[in-house]
Amino acid sequence: MSILEVKDVSKNFGGLKALSNVNLSVVENTVHAIIGPNGAGKSTLLNCFVGKLIPDTGSVMFDGQSVLGRKPYEINQMGISRVFQTPEIFGDLTVIENMLIPIFAKRDGSFRMHALETVANESQIIDQAEQMLEEMNMADKRHMHSASLSRGDKRRLEIGMCLSQEPRLLLLDEPTAGMARADTNNTIDLLKRIKDERDITIAIIEHDMHVVFSLAERITVLAQGTPLVEDTPENIKVHPKVREAYLGESV
Amino acid sequence: MFGLNQKDARLLLIVALLALLAPFLLNPFPTDSAMAQFNAGYPDLMQRFAIFGILAIGYNILFGLTGYLSFGHAAFLGAGSYSAVWMFKLLSYNIVPGIILSVIMAGLFSLLIGFISLRRSGIYFSILTLAFAQMSFALAYSVLTPITNGETGLQVYTDDPQYLQSVDAPNVPNLFGIVMRDTYTLEVGAWSFDFNNGYYLCAILMIAAFYLSVRIYRSPFGLMLRAVKSNQQRMNYTGLSTRPYTLAAFVISGMYAGLAGGLLASMDPLAGAERMQWTASGEVVLMTILGGVGTLIGPILGAGFIKYFENIFSKINDATLHSWFGFLPDGIENGVVWVLEHFVGAGWHMTLGVLFMLVVIFLPGGLVEGGQKLWAWAFKRGTGGKDKTSGSTNPAE
Repeated sequence: MSILEVKDVSKNFGGLKALSNVNLSVVENTVHAIIGPNGAGKSTLLNCFVGKLIPDTGSVMFDGQSVLGRKPYEINQMGISRVFQTPEIFGDLTVIENMLIPIFAKRDGSFRMHALETVANESQIIDQAEQMLEEMNMADKRHMHSASLSRGDKRRLEIGMCLSQEPRLLLLDEPTAGMARADTNNTIDLLKRIKDERDITIAIIEHDMHVVFSLAERITVLAQGTPLVEDTPENIKVHPKVREAYLGESV
Repeated sequence: MFGLNQKDARLLLIVALLALLAPFLLNPFPTDSAMAQFNAGYPDLMQRFAIFGILAIGYNILFGLTGYLSFGHAAFLGAGSYSAVWMFKLLSYNIVPGIILSVIMAGLFSLLIGFISLRRSGIYFSILTLAFAQMSFALAYSVLTPITNGETGLQVYTDDPQYLQSVDAPNVPNLFGIVMRDTYTLEVGAWSFDFNNGYYLCAILMIAAFYLSVRIYRSPFGLMLRAVKSNQQRMNYTGLSTRPYTLAAFVISGMYAGLAGGLLASMDPLAGAERMQWTASGEVVLMTILGGVGTLIGPILGAGFIKYFENIFSKINDATLHSWFGFLPDGIENGVVWVLEHFVGAGWHMTLGVLFMLVVIFLPGGLVEGGQKLWAWAFKRGTGGKDKTSGSTNPAE
């Protein structure tokens, strides 16, 4: 059963054709990777899923409902969470405060004026946040200023914040970009654990083939704004068109 | 206590004590001594401390928490004052309807201005609020003369209807018969202390305003406002709509400003357009930054600091300076006085400017940071680096 259904999506920026007739279907509870050379339109496509961009033509359906024309916060409330290429966290707040916000958003919706309640009294939400920090191995850092975390910790915090909302679809935009090897491996292990332990669909954009082949169950190769081929990792590795377009001599 | 943790309750207690004991604390010098001119415990000035404290506390909810720098809060102050004076003209000199209407009017007015200005953020937001405030000033000064009485200012005349004014009620602003301008003076030896009804009303409202702001800081709503300041992109992708939060903060701070405006009119039943001018908006920004942006007690300190300098330094003239430096040889005395006279009297803005620069450069956290450093230096020298982290990681002291 597919949870995300992309049909005939095209997007032009002035004269530049960023996406043309993209069709894609992400099956529920799988890890689906979208790969492709620089400028292939991967990030543009992702931005069409989350409400940052609206495609010129075509449709994007999440769980039977169109996401087009909805604001990012509405799409998030539908059950899509997004991890950014550079970790987007609340740098001025502490780690635990960062973790509280998505849980409040999940419980209270996009706006609720609870100005006379006290955060410290919300024991249920605090418990949930502590638990998620535990799961991310960050419990000892809970009172740290999140801006002072390492790149890898920021990434884990961001993933934890997304997971704490129990999204049905998690979008990852190059989650290991700019990371040291050890951090990359930690992130892969974390994502594997998430995939095994949760009912969650993951769509991932990635440059690092090591990451893609260790996680993905399904891969779509994008080149010049069109899907070249969609298949399992094993077949993608040996596909002649893919080798030519993207992997080149490196495989 | 009152739903506050121990630390916040202690802070509230300090503010309450400072406010209630102000007549003593601000008059430390005997009345006839040479230092008496540094006494600030007279009713007019104490009322201003409390009123501008309220204004700055409210402003800090917007600027300190969400980071939106508004240059238009004087418009809400003015709207509050006009509303209150109109209530005096139409109903009676009882200040309760006036204060209630001033808060409501400022709330509506800030809802309108906020709704439009908050479509932009950063510098564009600041410019929009500045433009609206100047428009309000122009409206009050000339266009809306029938409502605001133009450049003369709005005041109560003997032929005003005052439908609810009973014959035996005092003919000045009062709270159910308690006259705001009445003062009881306590003489103790060479000292004298003024207890003014109006000041105590302002002080009690300021304590309430401070309490409310502490509750907002510690609420989930306050957390969201800090998230707005930190990362709006992440907020949007976390299922939160930022604009209702910023608008709510804007309206709350506008209502605080309206309360301050209503109180100003209740202490002295006049409302002039100059109250809405951009310099008045700039003043509250200075108060907040000087005291410590985003700290709980900072805005009150900043407001007190600026109002003190405005009133005390502006009263010093060159005759006073000559009497201070009379012991110096004539030539040097004239030189010293010539330099210093630019910093006092009408030149008190120079002093304020220099102090503001010093604070911004050396204490970016404002007077609160200065206090924390002093505290750490005085009491925790032995504990080494440990106190440093506990002092600096706490965002809202």
